[in-house]
Amino acid sequence: MDTKGYEVIIGLEVHCELNTKSKIYCSCRSSFGAEVNSQCCPICMGMPGTLPTLNEKVVDYAVKMGYALNCSINPVSKQDRKNYFYPDLPKAYQISQFDIPLCEHGYLDILVDGKEKRIGITRIHIEEDAGKLIHDESFAGTLVDFNRCGVPLIEIVSEPDLRSSAEAKAYLDTIRETVIYLGISDGKMQEGSIRCDINVSVHKPGEPFGTRVEMKNNNTFSGAVRAIEYEAARQIEVLENGGTISQETRRWDDLKNCNFLLRSKEDAQDYRYFPEPDLATILLDEDHLKELKDSIPELPNKKTVRFMRELGLPEEDARQLVESVEKAAYFEEIVAAGKGQIVPKDAANWVLGGISRVINETGKSIAEIGVSAGDLAELIQMLEKKEISSSAGNTVFEELLKATGKHPKEIVAEKGLAQVSDSGVLQQIVDQVVAANEKSVNDYRGGKTNALGFLVGQCMKASKGKGNPAIMREMLLKILNG
Amino acid sequence: MELYRLTAAELSRMMQKKEVSSVEVTRSVFDRIAKKEPEIEAYITLNEENALKKAAEVDEKRAKGESLSSLAGIPVGIKDNICVKGLPTTCASKMLANFVPPYNATVIEKLNASDCVYTGKLNMDEFAMGSSTETSFFKKTKNPFDTSRVPGGSSGGSAAAVASGEAIVALGSDTGGSIRQPASFCGVVGLKPTYGSVSRFGLVAFASSLDQIGPFGRSVEDVAMLYSAICGKDSYDTTTVRREYPRFEEKLTGQVSGLKIGIPDVYFGQGVSNEVREKVMEAAHRYEQMGATLVPVTLPNTDYALAAYYIIACAEASSNLARFDGVKYGYRTSNYSNLEEMYENTRSEGFGDEVKRRIMLGTYVLSSGYYDAYYKKAKFTQKLMQGMFHEAFQKADVILCPTAPDTAFTFGANSDDQVKMYMNDILTVTVNITGLPAISFPCGFDGKGLPIGCQLIGDKFSEQQLLSTAFAYEKAAGGFDLSRTLD
Repeated sequence: MDTKGYEVIIGLEVHCELNTKSKIYCSCRSSFGAEVNSQCCPICMGMPGTLPTLNEKVVDYAVKMGYALNCSINPVSKQDRKNYFYPDLPKAYQISQFDIPLCEHGYLDILVDGKEKRIGITRIHIEEDAGKLIHDESFAGTLVDFNRCGVPLIEIVSEPDLRSSAEAKAYLDTIRETVIYLGISDGKMQEGSIRCDINVSVHKPGEPFGTRVEMKNNNTFSGAVRAIEYEAARQIEVLENGGTISQETRRWDDLKNCNFLLRSKEDAQDYRYFPEPDLATILLDEDHLKELKDSIPELPNKKTVRFMRELGLPEEDARQLVESVEKAAYFEEIVAAGKGQIVPKDAANWVLGGISRVINETGKSIAEIGVSAGDLAELIQMLEKKEISSSAGNTVFEELLKATGKHPKEIVAEKGLAQVSDSGVLQQIVDQVVAANEKSVNDYRGGKTNALGFLVGQCMKASKGKGNPAIMREMLLKILNG
Repeated sequence: MELYRLTAAELSRMMQKKEVSSVEVTRSVFDRIAKKEPEIEAYITLNEENALKKAAEVDEKRAKGESLSSLAGIPVGIKDNICVKGLPTTCASKMLANFVPPYNATVIEKLNASDCVYTGKLNMDEFAMGSSTETSFFKKTKNPFDTSRVPGGSSGGSAAAVASGEAIVALGSDTGGSIRQPASFCGVVGLKPTYGSVSRFGLVAFASSLDQIGPFGRSVEDVAMLYSAICGKDSYDTTTVRREYPRFEEKLTGQVSGLKIGIPDVYFGQGVSNEVREKVMEAAHRYEQMGATLVPVTLPNTDYALAAYYIIACAEASSNLARFDGVKYGYRTSNYSNLEEMYENTRSEGFGDEVKRRIMLGTYVLSSGYYDAYYKKAKFTQKLMQGMFHEAFQKADVILCPTAPDTAFTFGANSDDQVKMYMNDILTVTVNITGLPAISFPCGFDGKGLPIGCQLIGDKFSEQQLLSTAFAYEKAAGGFDLSRTLD
């Protein structure tokens, strides 16, 4: 977009639903998609006299995210009540964290156009989700589904360090991949597992930051990109026309591709935060924190960069592999099994090619497909050494999929797939092909050079796919040009 | 002798010897209710049918030789802010007039395990906000000693029922004195336990950090028995404390020899009537005669305590009572055309004046810009007060003072002066603010024949000491005189 010399400043507040089995303050299941009001109890419905008890898994998950985002963890923190009225909030307050969040002062490195950029993380805190209002033409009024009440959330607040919608998208993608890697959320956008509020302001470089506008209701990452671009353009237009930006909250409408005023600063809600008296202080001992810290795997942003820098993968390949924990791990196993004898890019091609095709066709996991990394490495090595042709390679792969327990070398031997490089045998084949295809030979000599491809193909056919095409090509050229 | 006149301990012993049945005891109590209730109006809901059924079950269990708890078959009254599955739990409010909880409070689960019989749900100030039970939406409970006077509050129904024989024992709740002050006004024993010793799960919250459920009885032993049955760590209330809780009724030694009893001057001073001061000091001297030593102690200034209390209590209440919005249960206005109006009219019509007053106070003190000036300072004052009590308990084992500045007042006497009404709590609120336990027991009567309550305050989890000390007085005094209210 044309920013007319303005710089766009973006900060994000990402809400991520955690995938704990039960809710944050009661033992109800927290899974998605259950029948309306079938996963709620007096506690998560906030009935009189009920009390919350904290699910400690929620704290562990939030702390893991804190470590993943390089935060310092507060060993002593508390929970607070955020008071407001809304029909989907049965207690009329949300239990959240106000002045002492679990995690603070971190950062996340994101990859934009092949370059790493560090985005500051202000804080991560835990809180409970609200229910859902249901409007439908089949009935008058509004109904409430309390299933989502008390589903655990972490809110990740970034510093205003993002400068474009592309950076915001990369940030959101990285957050999503990170929670999936940590196993703390399913990261499913379509089920509302990740939602974000966007703060946008614009200014001319060198001048102080402009007034920020908060945008709610951003339910998809692509919608967030459109929302940012729309809002930045709106602010720039207002300023260019001599207007001023007021601090306000706007609601993004992704269908209409525009936003509208939700409330101005004067109408800002006073949430009357105060410490939640029903819950004890959260105390985290050093040993437990260390345990959590040690459980953090290599994170996707770091893995992507390592695949690019150390294994020489193109960014797109690295990203695609890293998107799936399983594919990335499998790729690394193949490279390791190759013991430095295979090109990592070839391993990536097989994982993103043949293996991914089977995953898509069968819905199986890599483990279920059952092709061992060692076998695939062996196959790749044979291909790289031109011991078999690429079509023979495909045949071997199809055999491996049958999981007969036979290794590539055995399959090649059994099926006689080894590539023939014996020049005596090959010369005989080439001579026969040249003799049988006079027209093509003349075509080539007459300037139709693509006839060469046809002749190589005929040689391959005559060799039943086993002839080394490069050698036969050389032999053909010698005859044709000679 | 009519069975309703007896204590739980006496009835328990008789039932164990099969001299009486639970059905006979329960029947006696309901006959008494039939006779006295038109005059006293202690109950919001009566549970006669279920109670007699339960009593028959207990008798059957006993006939089979099952081993039963000492409270088995004892008729217990329940304050109407404690959830009993299937019984209306109204908090004496129009807002919850139709609310029937589908769950039991933890204390009810515990009493069920003890095979208690529930007489019904007892009247109270609306949402436990008040010191006279006058703010109830349903009725005005009368003081059994003088029906032109209030029974105290907020657990006025509980105190009046126990004093008049309409229940053998009862549960109440105490946020700022709501067990002790009505116990004092009605001449019975009431214990406010240490914060965290009794589960609050199922107690409709007024001020979460101060609320505590506690027992009423006509003897210290009864209060000890009921407390033993309800206390303990509860996984549904994370503010409860895991520790050893003995059977308190078995630990009543009645020995006070060598006990150091702290006397806080400031709690006998301005605002406390002469008669109250004299009778409570008489009780102190009685302890002295039994071998205890009286020592002066310094306690927090009552003015600061009351201010801090009302700020913290109202702040929490404003949040706790926000859920009564007409969306899910309870009262909903019929007069609205949009969501905002539904909220406003439901709450305006559903809550009484005192509740609305406290919600407004609480909302104000938590508002942005006022939080530091009020709530934060109140929490700071709370810390100071905890420190002062801690120091006092270096010198004294228990602290003795009046429960209330005066005896029961007449209906309407304080209704138009809220500050005067709040002053009733001046001697009780510090105990809630500091989370300490305290007991109120009768120590005589004023010139009008109204009972006076003596309060003993102990250090955290010193219930055993408090009960035993109160028991010593009861023994020395030859029991508490309730002949006028039980006849």
